[in-house]
Amino acid sequence: MRREIRLSGYGGQGLILAGIILAEAAMHDGHEVVQSQSYGPEARGGASRAEVIISDEPIDYPKVTNPDVLLLMSDQACKRFAGSACQGGTVIVDSGLITSIPETSGVVYKFPITDIAVEATGRSISANVAALGVLNTVAKLVSPESLKNAVSSRVPRGTAEVNLAALRAGIAAAEAAGAER
Amino acid sequence: MPGHNGRDLRLLQGNECCAEAAILAGCRFFAGYPITPSTEIAELLSEKLPQVGGKFIQMEDEIASMAAVIGASLTGAKSMTATSGPGFSLKQENIGFASFTEVPCVIVNVQRTGPSTGLPTAPAQADLMQARWGTHGDHPIVALYPSTVPEVFDLTIKAFNIAEQLRVPVILLMDEVVGHMREKVAIPHQSEIEIVSRPQPDVPPEEYLPYAAGPDGVPPMAPFGTGYRWHVTGLYHDETGFPTTAAPKVDRLMKRLYSKIESAADEITFTSDEFLDDADTVVVACGITARSARRSVRLAREKGIRAGMVQLKTIWPFPYDLVGDIAGRVDRIIVPEMNMGQLIGEVERAAKGRCEVVGYSRVDGEPIAPAEIVAKIEEV
Repeated sequence: MRREIRLSGYGGQGLILAGIILAEAAMHDGHEVVQSQSYGPEARGGASRAEVIISDEPIDYPKVTNPDVLLLMSDQACKRFAGSACQGGTVIVDSGLITSIPETSGVVYKFPITDIAVEATGRSISANVAALGVLNTVAKLVSPESLKNAVSSRVPRGTAEVNLAALRAGIAAAEAAGAER
Repeated sequence: MPGHNGRDLRLLQGNECCAEAAILAGCRFFAGYPITPSTEIAELLSEKLPQVGGKFIQMEDEIASMAAVIGASLTGAKSMTATSGPGFSLKQENIGFASFTEVPCVIVNVQRTGPSTGLPTAPAQADLMQARWGTHGDHPIVALYPSTVPEVFDLTIKAFNIAEQLRVPVILLMDEVVGHMREKVAIPHQSEIEIVSRPQPDVPPEEYLPYAAGPDGVPPMAPFGTGYRWHVTGLYHDETGFPTTAAPKVDRLMKRLYSKIESAADEITFTSDEFLDDADTVVVACGITARSARRSVRLAREKGIRAGMVQLKTIWPFPYDLVGDIAGRVDRIIVPEMNMGQLIGEVERAAKGRCEVVGYSRVDGEPIAPAEIVAKIEEV
C-alpha cells in the first residue's frame, strides 16, 4: 500500500505544516512516511504545496505523481493540480475559495473549509487543520487519535486548543455530509 | 516516540537531521550566514550548540564564516558551516586554505538551482564539480552525498569523522529536496556512534613538527592554546609549517596531500546498489536522483528488463574503479542528473569506452521522475 497525498494552495495557508502533521500521525500509526514540499521564494502568497507519501514499505521515490488524495485550497492550485488526481482518487476542494473546478478523474468533495475554520475558531489561519479533519475523515489515512496528537505536538505553542477545535469542526463537517468513503 | 532497539524515532527534516547528527558527531562550533535552502541547519544549531557548550556565530558574510570555521578548528573544536550555491562560491578561497593547511572542517552545501541567485527554493545537482574544483589549484577534498534523511544522519557523522581522520575539508552535498524533506529517523544513542578525532602529537611542544606526517600521510594536529606553537600558511610549507620554495619539498607536500586521500579511498567510499548481478543496463546516480533510479529499475524489472542501479554516496574521491568494473560487465550505463552533464564526465572517465554511457539531464527545478529514467532505459 502506497498512498500519495498532495495539499496545495498558496503560501501562508499552513499547508506545509498540515503535511508535517499528517506525516507525523502516519509515523505514529507505524507507517513509512515521507513529507516534502514545494514553494516559491515569497513567504506568503505564492503557490505552495506539501506532499505526503504513506506506505507499508520503504519509500524509494519520495515525490507525489498521481495523488490518491488531493486537497485544493486556491483557484491557482485547482487549475494546476485538479487533473493530477489518480482515477477514483479523493479530491477535496475549499468551496469557499474556489470558483470553478476543472475536469478531474478523482471524486470531488466540496467543503467551505476556511469558512468552517473561521466559524469554529474565529481564525482563518486554522483552515489548514480544519482541512486535515475533513480530509482524514473522508479518506481515512491515519487514526483519529494519532492525528489529534500530531496536531497538538506540531502547532505553535499556545495554539493547540484553537487548532483542536478546528480539527473537530473539520471532522464534524465531513461526518455531517456523510462523506466518509 | 520510542522506536526499534529503544532508539528515539523522529520525523525530521534533512536539514534538522544534519544539525542533530553534527552535535552527536562532536561538532561544537558553527559559523554561517543564513541562506535558503540550508537555513534550518544554522537555525537549529543556534539553539542546540549553546546547550552542549558549543558556540554558534552568525558572521557578517559567507567568506568570514568559512574563516571562522577554520580558526575554531585550529583550536581543536570540530567545526562546520552550511550554505547553498551562492555562499559556496564565496567560501571557495577559504576552503582551499583549509584543504592546503589541513584543517578539518565540514561544509554543507544544500544545493539550489544556479548559477548566481538562481532558484532559491528549487533543487538542482549542479555543484558536483564545484565541490571538487571550486577552489583553485590541485587540492584534496572529500564530498559525500545523501539521498534520504536517514542517510543525512549517517553521512553527517561520517563527514566529521573523515574530516578529522584525514585532516581535510569534507563537503556534504545535499539536494534541496533532501534538505527540506521529512522522514522517519531512528536516532542512535551517543554510545552507539563511532566518533573519530584528529591525531594528536605524542611529542612535547619543543619537538613538534606540525606538518610531519605519520605513516597514513596525516600529520598530528595540536590544538592552539595548549602550549604547542605552530605556523599556518597558505604558502607551500615544509614540516615546520614555515614557507618554502624548495622544489622537492613543494612536490612532496602536494603528493602527500593527494596520497593521504587515495590511501584511505576504500574506507571513505560509500555506495549502495540494486540488481547489479545480471544487469545489462545500469543507472548511476546520486542524491535525490538515486531514489528515482531505484524506483525506475524496479519498474524496469517488472517489464522484464535487466536493469540495475548504483548510488554514489561518496562522489569525491570519485569511485573510478567501482564504476569502471561495472562498465566492463554491462552494455550501457545511464547517468540521470539534475544538471547539464557533470557526473557523466566522471562515469565516462571510469568506463574508458568499455560500454555505452548515456546521459539524461533535467534542469527545470523539478526532480527527475522515475518514469523519465524508465523511458531512457527502454530506449535502445
